[in-house]
Amino acid sequence: MSVIVNVDKCTGCEECLASCPFDAIVIKEGRAFVNEYCQVCMACITVCPEGAIIEVEGEESKGRDIHGFKGVWIFAEQRGGKIAPVAYELLGAGRKLADELQTELSAVLFGTSEEGDRELIKWGADRVYLSQDPIFEKFNDEPYSQLLSSLIREHRPEIVLAGATPIGRSFIPRVAARLRTGLTADCISLAIDKTSGNLLQIRPAFGGNIMAIILCPNNRPQMATVRPRVMKRGEYNENKEGEIIQVKAEGLTSRTKVLETIKEASDITVNLQEAEIIVSGGRGLGDPKGFRLLEQLAELLGGAIGASRGAVDAGWISYSHQIGQTGKTVCPKIYLACGISGAVQHLVGMQSSDIIIAINKNPKAPIFNVATFGIVGDVYEIVPLLIKKIKEVREG
Amino acid sequence: MNIIICIKQVPDTAEVKINPETGTLIREGVPSIINPFDLHAIEAGLQIKEKVGGRVSVLTMGPPQAENALREALSMGADEAILLTDRVFAGSDTWATSYTLSKAISKIGADIIICGKQAIDGDTAQVGPEMAEFLNIPHVSYIRKIEEITENSIRLQRLMDEGYDIVESTLPVLLTVVKELNEPRLPSLRGKMAARNAEIKKWGPPDIGADENNLGLRGSPTQVKNIFAPEARSEKRILEGRPEEQVDALIQELKEFKCL
Ligand SMILES: Cc1cc2nc3c(=O)[nH]c(=O)nc-3n(C[C@H](O)[C@H](O)[C@H](O)COP(=O)(O)OP(=O)(O)OC[C@H]3O[C@@H](n4cnc5c(N)ncnc54)[C@H](O)[C@@H]3O)c2cc1C
Ligand SMILES: Nc1ncnc2c1ncn2[C@@H]1O[C@H](COP(=O)(O)O)[C@@H](O)[C@H]1O
Repeated sequence: MSVIVNVDKCTGCEECLASCPFDAIVIKEGRAFVNEYCQVCMACITVCPEGAIIEVEGEESKGRDIHGFKGVWIFAEQRGGKIAPVAYELLGAGRKLADELQTELSAVLFGTSEEGDRELIKWGADRVYLSQDPIFEKFNDEPYSQLLSSLIREHRPEIVLAGATPIGRSFIPRVAARLRTGLTADCISLAIDKTSGNLLQIRPAFGGNIMAIILCPNNRPQMATVRPRVMKRGEYNENKEGEIIQVKAEGLTSRTKVLETIKEASDITVNLQEAEIIVSGGRGLGDPKGFRLLEQLAELLGGAIGASRGAVDAGWISYSHQIGQTGKTVCPKIYLACGISGAVQHLVGMQSSDIIIAINKNPKAPIFNVATFGIVGDVYEIVPLLIKKIKEVREG
Repeated sequence: MNIIICIKQVPDTAEVKINPETGTLIREGVPSIINPFDLHAIEAGLQIKEKVGGRVSVLTMGPPQAENALREALSMGADEAILLTDRVFAGSDTWATSYTLSKAISKIGADIIICGKQAIDGDTAQVGPEMAEFLNIPHVSYIRKIEEITENSIRLQRLMDEGYDIVESTLPVLLTVVKELNEPRLPSLRGKMAARNAEIKKWGPPDIGADENNLGLRGSPTQVKNIFAPEARSEKRILEGRPEEQVDALIQELKEFKCL
């Protein structure tokens, strides 16, 4: 598919120029011309008052056989024998897609889990493909991608979703490469296109400055990793029935080996990505002692401690707490930003939180543009007060 | 040890702004930089060379001006630079990009390939692992420390959600690195002088034996359908008053949301 200009119709009005996010339209000899930077996003087509910009078929990635692919799959990740919460979120999102496509939802689980595979069914799966081979106890990319690829080849699902976690984002690309299909990273929203039945995959790009809708029209399955804590879990049904299919893990190999897994338990950090409340500090704290104050508040609320890169670079707190483009992406119920200016690289890591509270001295700080509740004030004045008042509320 | 570093030239996303009327990117005046993670990849490659000897090649696929990124890498100390540039590469998604790069890597030959964890324009983090699959070699992601290298194996620390793993791999291997790994060096004056006139190899599809059906827009399974500006949050309130009043108002709101 490509976009071209019908030169007979083009009047050279230049309306289309600004519509192109890729600077791919230029005026040549008084007519618009689409150059090689075009990504076929179609933004210009509706803009042209003459209807001169059209989409043409041909020169297209060879339409592979996409028929006969059916069903929605989610990869249920387990770590250390526990199913990752994102697996249940994927079941919620996958169930909706499967219902819309009037098809079945399957989960794939490698390794054993405490919760048990039945739990995946109660959370919405119609079927679970399960391999409890000991090779899956620790995470190695090769056996994970080998078995998932061969299951997909055999059963031909039309959609495959996995969590955009360190594990998912590391091995799923190998699966997509092997199957010669598209993979969209770190999606925050998914839907089915009503006319084509294709999966619409929505994700941020350019450091969160823009959102993009990605399609994989000519290859199957359509694959995506989905950011944790953005999809809602579905309904839990104690009586739901489903099928568990034991799969054989034959001929799997791994040239990597995990020798040891080291947990870095810091004072009150729970897994940031799973925390419901995050109290986060920035350079505005002024010195490392500020984090002691935030820890008190976090402890009171049962939350975790986050930080901006400003605070991490200052050496006040370790990198594992960093939130943002080069740190973690979080989506808690409450995100409390203390002395954080709200640079776009920080915002991309936290702006889908349910409630954002910002405390900052500077009323013009960009963090207030995304804050549900903003307090213009000094952290060292507001936070101690907040601690005091929360205690009062708690004590009734 | 033959080491290849894959680098990408990207717009500095800290400088990218959105045109609020059209919802499109304003790229004018936005500087192009080496993807910040890739600087750490270059540093890692140079350190490996200093320790066990070898040759460091930098590789990029991009428009002709990506040559600047390669010269910068040369000025840091890389031995050789290769630019994959051709009109048919344009519009590549991660599948086509990793196919193309892996073809070039096969031609050069490598024991260790190092990528950044992700590129800051697309933020996909997929090109590294996809290349490893095309090359049929193992990969280890999010390297925060290289503990030991021998002739045919490497021991690494891989950053995970709740800590890190110690992982051993055979060579050849592909690594993607995080910023904690090292502090990238600045180019030396001598390096800069040498880089200015250094030869940069320019390869197109025939040079790497690529199948044109797998290149560029045509070889890319994914398509960008649409692009739009993120929505601003709808409910926004500045809590006014003295500190006491501000905090009281906040507590009230939190109660309403059943958070307290
Ligand atoms: C490629 C790239 C990637 C990046 N990745 C990340 C990332 O992942 N995460 C990230 O956070 N940043 C990232 N950054 C950095 C980002 O651009 C900002 O520099 C950083 O977020 C700033 O941190 P800050 O808000 O703590 O500090 P500052 O910008 O210095 O802001 C401090 C704020 O505190 C306020 N303040 C000062 N004193 C007080 C007080 N007593 N009480 C209340 N408020 C006070 C000030 O008004 C100010 O708004 C990245 C940058 C680049 C270029
Ligand atoms: N066009 C490219 N040329 C060379 N290396 C690239 C290119 N695109 C991506 N890479 C490498 O792959 C890593 C991850 O990129 P991405 O998958 O785009 O987030 C980058 O840090 C680079 O090391």
